[in-house]
Amino acid sequence: METLEQIKARLEAVLPMTKLDILSNECPAGDRSLLVHAASGFAVAKFLRDDPLLKLDYCSNVTGIDWPEATIKTKVKKKVAVAGVEKEIEETIETLRSGHLEVVYHLYSMELKHGPVVLRLRTENRTDNTQLPSLTPLWRGAEFQEREVYDLYGVIFEGHPDLRRILMWDNFEGFPMRRDYVAPDDFEYEPTPHDEVLAEAKKHYPVEPKSEVKP
Amino acid sequence: MSAIAGTPPKSFAVTPKLDAQGEPMGELLEVSMGPHHPSTHGVFRMDVVLDGEEVVKLKPVFGYLHRNHEKIGENISYLGTMPYTDRLDYFCSMTNNWGYALTIEKLAGLGVPERAEYIRVIMAELTRLQNHTCLIGFFMQDMGALGTPMMYAFREREKILDLFESVSGARMMCNYMRFGGVRVDVNDAWLAQARKVAGEYGSFLDEFEKFLTANEILLARTQFVGVLPKDLAVNASITGPMLRASGVNYDLRKVDKYGIYSRFDFRVPVGEHGDIYDRYMVRVLEMRESIKILQQALRDIPAGPVMDPKAKLRGFRPKPGEVYGRVEGPKGELGFYVISDGSPNPYRYRVRPPSFINLTTLEDMCLGHKISDTVVILGSVDIVLGEVDR
Amino acid sequence: MIEEGLKSELQKQGVYVTTLEDLYNWGRANSVWPLTFGLACCAIEMIAASMSRFDLARFGAEVFRPSPRQADLMIVAGTVTKKMAPLVVRLFNQMPEPKYVIAMGACAISGGPFKQGYNVLKGIDRYLPVDVSIPGCPPRPEALIHAIMTLQEKILAQKLTGPDRPRHLNADVPGEYPVPAYGEHDLEPPMNPEVWHPPAIKR
Repeated sequence: METLEQIKARLEAVLPMTKLDILSNECPAGDRSLLVHAASGFAVAKFLRDDPLLKLDYCSNVTGIDWPEATIKTKVKKKVAVAGVEKEIEETIETLRSGHLEVVYHLYSMELKHGPVVLRLRTENRTDNTQLPSLTPLWRGAEFQEREVYDLYGVIFEGHPDLRRILMWDNFEGFPMRRDYVAPDDFEYEPTPHDEVLAEAKKHYPVEPKSEVKP
Repeated sequence: MSAIAGTPPKSFAVTPKLDAQGEPMGELLEVSMGPHHPSTHGVFRMDVVLDGEEVVKLKPVFGYLHRNHEKIGENISYLGTMPYTDRLDYFCSMTNNWGYALTIEKLAGLGVPERAEYIRVIMAELTRLQNHTCLIGFFMQDMGALGTPMMYAFREREKILDLFESVSGARMMCNYMRFGGVRVDVNDAWLAQARKVAGEYGSFLDEFEKFLTANEILLARTQFVGVLPKDLAVNASITGPMLRASGVNYDLRKVDKYGIYSRFDFRVPVGEHGDIYDRYMVRVLEMRESIKILQQALRDIPAGPVMDPKAKLRGFRPKPGEVYGRVEGPKGELGFYVISDGSPNPYRYRVRPPSFINLTTLEDMCLGHKISDTVVILGSVDIVLGEVDR
Repeated sequence: MIEEGLKSELQKQGVYVTTLEDLYNWGRANSVWPLTFGLACCAIEMIAASMSRFDLARFGAEVFRPSPRQADLMIVAGTVTKKMAPLVVRLFNQMPEPKYVIAMGACAISGGPFKQGYNVLKGIDRYLPVDVSIPGCPPRPEALIHAIMTLQEKILAQKLTGPDRPRHLNADVPGEYPVPAYGEHDLEPPMNPEVWHPPAIKR
């Protein structure tokens, strides 16, 4: 199979308005992914499925990931002149990553038996602009998995034939798999709690009357 | 029957049959084949709309066993998730363990000693045997043969569960694989018992097939029922015996060649019609191939350690990165997608469940058939709710 | 009460003397029919217990009835999630008296390994009165057989008159339990205070 750079070059030739990025993967055995801007997601996916060299007809996995707002600290080595002597020091640069939701597609080919090509789509933010194009019209296998990402993360897939909750009950409010979801409080009876569970269980313990003993 | 790749799915409006004057004959009946039902597949609900006895619309509803496995995976260490993977597809705990161990070994760059690889193959093929046997038992039970085929199937399953129990301590939730090998070694007595089980399994399958394969009731109820066309199967991400019964030769043991499967000589059975009978036959033939693999592995297993002596089990912190590892489970492709950020817990842990995705085409397969066929078609899809809902 | 010596003498002559209570309880205890109610992994051990190796049929639990109207015993085997809990209570209400509940496995007793979660009910005893609990994950089929035997002993020891009489002979005790409804984040109510009395642990 071609490398991601070759795929990117051919995609940019065929679809000139797309914005593509290749993301590196620090794990050596893992695959690098192709980050596609949401507006051209459908067109890129259609090319990947129909192209005779790639023929990625099998969408193996659709995953939702929640990236809340965070500051990322990266250490950078810089050459600085200190009292006339050039020294290399490490500096920490802080970048603010805005919160967004991400959907990752792992694409394989059953016909040519190669793969995977990892496709990533990101939403604008986690609050009001969480729409992404649905790839269910291209790969029917993404139907239930996209419904699950909607149910648990809140990503709204435009073009999905039947977008409703799949694992939680219909009038459930909230998106449970997000990192900031607070589970309901049912810690009344915890025989051996510790750490966070102890903090929650303590709220249910009977309040001890303060004794009036004076020293 | 329905959508080939690229065409939009049909609309959801349904009308009953019309008579000669164009008036609808009767009304449509909506039945909720609710989460509690006699077919032994777990808490799975199908909302069917019937025209007489024929299915015109079917919507599967699940989530009744959603145990937030992925959220637990984010809050617990890497090794701590291993017992939870047992409970995903609770028939095939060894294969689930192997899938997860394979993914984390890929993430951390760990190697596996050769004896451990052979043991993993032996456990996985034993799991495949007992899963397919039980499935045929459940499938015959749904068809109305109450109890007897299931009794035969469970009798054989107990022999394999005895092997699992003597090596890992538990019949079903084995928690046996570790990152870099397996937990304990098998001794010669175990290998001798395993050879005996593998040797006798062929004659059990002959007995089972004598009753079932040419059985006229089975043939009448399963041939050309629940047909899944090849293009739809590939487009709907179907994997496992269901895909191979539709005519696609895609078995991860041959495509990815994970573990040491490239050393074994076995064939992959592929069906023609994609109906229920093909799925049954593919599973029976896969069992025979599994016996062949088992006999080769039990013959060739070398001596040696089963765990890398320098592997660090406490304080396991893989480097940041992400990886997707997959194995051929008895039900289909079981994949694990793990994102690590350098801390002792994964950042994101995702299970790609074969049963969940194999249910995508349930409606397409059931349309036009009678309601009693839906139960048999569901049986042939081979779902386990622990995996569908996670 | 007739003493044992006289009883055995009469038995040798072919005359059996017993009380109505013993006879009634003996008939009930030896023919407990379970409801097929497997939810998760424990269901497989329940099925294995009814198969030829462990054979639950010897204890009277011969037929697993699919319909709640024909069953006496509900073996809640597996994790009860919040989505499933109203259905469990509704099925229990549909069973005719006398009815019993066995909570099989750690998940049905208290939530089990999946306790800390947004969809898992921490034990079915929050809504239903449980008679026998079986610990284990999953409990072996022998443990289920032991639980059925414990239930049989419990039934044999029941008194039919007096304040401890069973529910079906006592018009004051409710036989139907309120079914919880799906709320926005949790079930409403999250537990049934008449049924669930968690012990206060002094720390």
